[in-house]
Amino acid sequence: MEPILPEKVQELIDKFAGEEIYLHLETTNGAYASHFNEKFFSAGAYIRNAKLTYEHGKIVGNDPYRVGLKLEIGWVYAEGLTHYGFDEEGHLLMAGHDFDGKLAVALQIGKTPFK
Amino acid sequence: MKTKEVEQERHVLVVFPHPDDEAFGVSGTIAIHTSRGTPVTYACLTLGEMGRNLGNPPFATRESLPDIRKAELKKAAEAIGIQDLRMMGLRDKTLEFEDDQKMMNLITDLINELNPSLIITFYPGYSVHPDHEATARAVVRAVRALKPEKRPKLHCVAFANNTLEEIGEADIVYDIRHVYHKKLEAMKAHISQTIWMLKDLEATVANESGNSELKDRFHFEHFWTYTFDEKDHVSDIKQKS
Repeated sequence: MEPILPEKVQELIDKFAGEEIYLHLETTNGAYASHFNEKFFSAGAYIRNAKLTYEHGKIVGNDPYRVGLKLEIGWVYAEGLTHYGFDEEGHLLMAGHDFDGKLAVALQIGKTPFK
Repeated sequence: MKTKEVEQERHVLVVFPHPDDEAFGVSGTIAIHTSRGTPVTYACLTLGEMGRNLGNPPFATRESLPDIRKAELKKAAEAIGIQDLRMMGLRDKTLEFEDDQKMMNLITDLINELNPSLIITFYPGYSVHPDHEATARAVVRAVRALKPEKRPKLHCVAFANNTLEEIGEADIVYDIRHVYHKKLEAMKAHISQTIWMLKDLEATVANESGNSELKDRFHFEHFWTYTFDEKDHVSDIKQKS
């Protein structure tokens, strides 16, 4: 994974637009957040291999970045993205790594399902 | 602290959901069993696919982490002499959403195959992570379904903040200092998950005068024996109507 280059990532997002894709989206503060700090309200969400098509997508912000994908009748977005890269199958991986090196958010797009 | 001797077992079955769950709490105990030649089977239910320690700059991605952790798990198992490591193929953070009967059957099948005299897992209600809890419930249900005289002993790990006040001190404490080097190897094997903690630990160990809680935590292993009486709060599986 490399620090996000917004122009490069925008190009990649454009490449997947208008095609059926598999999407992974996750936010998390870790399963132990409320154990270490009982006043912490733990929340997160996860969807893996959602099959969808987006009309267009956009990366905005200034490190960390936000990415939004406009669907025919809906939206997908993620904020806090810092890094991007690819897996062996050429899926586009975007992630937000916090100051301690922990993953906080992930948004991934591919033309084939994630394992 | 009153410590006990580890009893001789016929076969030990260890059931945890994540690679590294075995390293922190019970790897010394496992090493004691394996050093006696007692067969130990470790059923690790997931590959910890949702681990969050990926670094910054990142050394892994959400997609590469499972293979990294699989390799770490194998190395850790080797460090403590486990010859029968089973990766059960479930997915991290999904266990409580799996079909409860399927989860229980998975454990029942292992018990029927291996006939263990001891099962080591988490203590239901006091093990914090939803996957730990789901694992513990499945084990308790599978053991409870056996006739009382057929049940293996069930030694559980508990670490929720309310453990002491609600279920009291561990009834079993093992001094594992003579195999501490193996435990440290197991923890080191899971380096993607443990690097931060190990730094703290090594600093503490280096500081001889430090009679620290951290060091104690790794020199002694604590278990709560699970009993099928009024202390058993695991519900039966709800039948679908």
